[in-house]
Amino acid sequence: MDQPAHAGAATAIGLVACGHRGSVVKLTEVKVSGWHQLCALDAIPRLGARVVKSAHGNIAVFRNAEDEVFALLDKCPHKGGPLSQGIVFGRKVACPLHGWNIRLDDGNAVAPDVGCARKFSVKVESGQVLLEI
Amino acid sequence: MQKMKLVMIGNGMAGVRTLEEMLKISPDLYEITVFGAEPHANYNRILLSPVLAGEMTLKEIMLNDLDWYAANNIKLHLNKKIVKIDRRARKVIAADGTTAEYDRLLLATGSNPFILPIPGVKLDGVITYRDIHDTNAMIDAASRFKRAVVIGGGLLGLEAANGLKLRGMNVTVVHLMEWLMERQLDRTAASMLQQSLEAKGLDFLLKTQTGQIVGDREDGQGGRVKSVRFKDGSELAADLVVMAVGIRPNTELAQSAGLYCDRGIVVSDTMQTYDPRIYAVGECVAHRGIAYGLVAPLFEMAKVCANHLAHFGIGRYQGSVISTKLKVTGVDLFSAGDFSGGADTEEIVLHDAVGGVYKRLVLRDNKVIGGVLYGDTVDGAYYFQLLRDKQDIHEIRDHLMFGQSHLGNSGHQGQNRAAAMADEMEVCGCNGVCKGAIVKAIKEQGLFTLDDVRKHTKASSSCGSCTGLVEQILASTVGGAYQPAETKNKPVCGCTEHTHEEVRRAIREHHLLAIPAAMQFMEWGSPSGCATCRPALNYYLISTWPHEAQDDPQSRFINERAHANIQKDGTYSVVPRMWGGTTSAAELRRIADVVDKYKIPTVKVTGGQRMDLLGVKKEDLPGVWRDLDMPSGHAYAKALRTVKTCVGSEWCRFGVQDSTNMGIELEKDLWRMYAPHKVKLAVSGCPRNCAEATIKDVGVIGVESGWEIYVAGNGGIKAEVAQFLCKVKTHEEVLEYAGAFLQLYREEGRYLDRTVHYVARVGLDYVKQRVVEDRENRKALYARLRFALQGEPDPWRERAAGAAAREFEMLEA
Repeated sequence: MDQPAHAGAATAIGLVACGHRGSVVKLTEVKVSGWHQLCALDAIPRLGARVVKSAHGNIAVFRNAEDEVFALLDKCPHKGGPLSQGIVFGRKVACPLHGWNIRLDDGNAVAPDVGCARKFSVKVESGQVLLEI
Repeated sequence: MQKMKLVMIGNGMAGVRTLEEMLKISPDLYEITVFGAEPHANYNRILLSPVLAGEMTLKEIMLNDLDWYAANNIKLHLNKKIVKIDRRARKVIAADGTTAEYDRLLLATGSNPFILPIPGVKLDGVITYRDIHDTNAMIDAASRFKRAVVIGGGLLGLEAANGLKLRGMNVTVVHLMEWLMERQLDRTAASMLQQSLEAKGLDFLLKTQTGQIVGDREDGQGGRVKSVRFKDGSELAADLVVMAVGIRPNTELAQSAGLYCDRGIVVSDTMQTYDPRIYAVGECVAHRGIAYGLVAPLFEMAKVCANHLAHFGIGRYQGSVISTKLKVTGVDLFSAGDFSGGADTEEIVLHDAVGGVYKRLVLRDNKVIGGVLYGDTVDGAYYFQLLRDKQDIHEIRDHLMFGQSHLGNSGHQGQNRAAAMADEMEVCGCNGVCKGAIVKAIKEQGLFTLDDVRKHTKASSSCGSCTGLVEQILASTVGGAYQPAETKNKPVCGCTEHTHEEVRRAIREHHLLAIPAAMQFMEWGSPSGCATCRPALNYYLISTWPHEAQDDPQSRFINERAHANIQKDGTYSVVPRMWGGTTSAAELRRIADVVDKYKIPTVKVTGGQRMDLLGVKKEDLPGVWRDLDMPSGHAYAKALRTVKTCVGSEWCRFGVQDSTNMGIELEKDLWRMYAPHKVKLAVSGCPRNCAEATIKDVGVIGVESGWEIYVAGNGGIKAEVAQFLCKVKTHEEVLEYAGAFLQLYREEGRYLDRTVHYVARVGLDYVKQRVVEDRENRKALYARLRFALQGEPDPWRERAAGAAAREFEMLEA
């Protein structure tokens, strides 16, 4: 119902709206949210990603060279490409379809491209990766 | 943490560009303060002429408005001229007493117009042509007065004269030398230019030296300008005099601060002055003895300077080759490099006086060192690229004057002249970008390089076939600011300053075997590289040290990691190998069963004589491969793709050689061969060439007496006919020659260069010499290829048996 309003807000205030929209959608669409254990950190290749099936659709969980983990909806804001399949470098991933660079920490496209992939919370505890959905 | 303080003096294109580049790399390093003597934010100075001519407005030429400074937390002081740099206290002082302290100082003070040392230059109505103020003064004068004299027949003078004429004044250009723009044009081109400007109504006085400017006060020395008096005693009435006789780097402030200046502020290759805290860029500097008066080199300087200011520490500025393009609508003129001639130079001239076309290229040692184009400048960017790359042209000399034969073959309605295209015509057929959109982006976003245009508009960023057109549009829109991309010695990517060749050499000479080690050894700028350099490094490692170097799947593009082609919806396509395009009932049955079992939505015959199963889910891939029980077709890899064949002498009534079996032998010989890019072969059994072998990386054509081998053809983005390499007699020889050629390409080609690019770079003569004439070398090349392929597994068979299973499994929360 109020989806268009969110979309409008996101366009109007750019970067800030992106993270905001993510949390709004989560609250309205998901009934139960919480931390879910995914896998051992080592089950995600360094500079790579794994795909998690979820009620939100596929979620890409990335691991970079410094063993930081990030989670984004597995859909490039450009044409919906599966970001999980891209090349990970620094704190970015290059979408496999048309090469947009997406920031892993907030889901935003690197300028001059504009767009945002929804972000999820993810953490590592005692070598286990936990995802909040 | 306390930020460092960066102060910039001069708010022009070079300085602001440097800030932009630096903010991209390191947005939070400095607290930035900018002093500009003009009351305006940063504007595109090279577009002042179109403003004067009434073709653009001031608003359209702003590059960075005040909001930009605010958004980047830059403290901007407009209308404040810095009068002193106190290097000991590390602060700068403005005329109004404003001060600012610095940790790093960036001088971008530009240049000043040169004023002739003659009486009368201070009179009302005598102006120079340098900034918005001058432009406005000319526009204002044109509305009130009738007669203008422009002193100086160079680029700026002619653009000023043209603009004043268009605004309704009678204009005479006075020039000291024998012909116009003598530093950029030869006599022929200059006289053609003069004629066309005369046709527009401009008058010229050549070989004329100005002696004095006379005022309307009684003593002739005050008031407003009344006339210009020449050394020969003659006089010309004038209400406006524009002095455009050259510029001088503005070094006054630097000199007063004790910084070493020569023709300009002397800087090193890292754009540092003799005080290492102080950097300088733009028209105010002298680098290796040269002060550049054009805008193009500024961007290269800006990039290098920004890199060092940001503590990124890579990149050196090593000088620029510059080109000129006159921005007078209706006059097409391009000049670059050195065309003064000389005993050791040769010239190629094409002159059509009636058609108004003149092209002159100056060559030395088979390289283009200069050129003048008049009337038809379509190929200006192409020649400039040859010049900059120092490309050996002896193989293309016979058609050099006719320009680049193909700018691209498809996707832009057959157009190859950007100037002839309407704004709404599509330039980039991949991304749907029309000419007008590109021009608009170049002007509004202040783009100057092909990369910039690609990033902002996406034009030519996919298949690249319209690159030539986009370059033309860029060159004609930014004029003299156009600088072709460095292709000869370009770094692999932004993470390093090393070229592809340097990277390969380091890997070979220092026996580097893994990406982290290679990056560390070559001091890569970013620890995990980027999506451009990692795949290249991975290929260079495994091709240099087969069976030794460590293959890194995470540095391969997804297709090579998953061993299937990713599709737009995230599913994959599977193309099993069919040797030489042959198959059997058993294989076809298995394919049919797989399609049913995995509910594969589309089955298609490919252009390479195989079957494509499209829409396979990633998690199904290992099962599909197991059930197919066919070898990988590598349709997804920078590797040997297909060997296309015709039926040949076994069945065909025209065939003179058994092309099908020759193709199968080649394919089995080269199967699993990775390369800088995809590799396609074809074998035809007679010169009718039904397998279209002449547009393949290696094409083999059977003739009665043996086989002809062609190399470096291409049928895709840019159709290129393969070139004849040699003729051989036996199947074994075909395998050896084709293999040796491909191994040479594997060892020397740059990652993502097809054979056509590789051969264009090194020359067919070189390839012949290494592969055909040098028997020992050919055998050694072929032996190295055989060694590399020995024991290389079939990736599908391994994965069908359970290898790399994680790649294909999904997680559940």
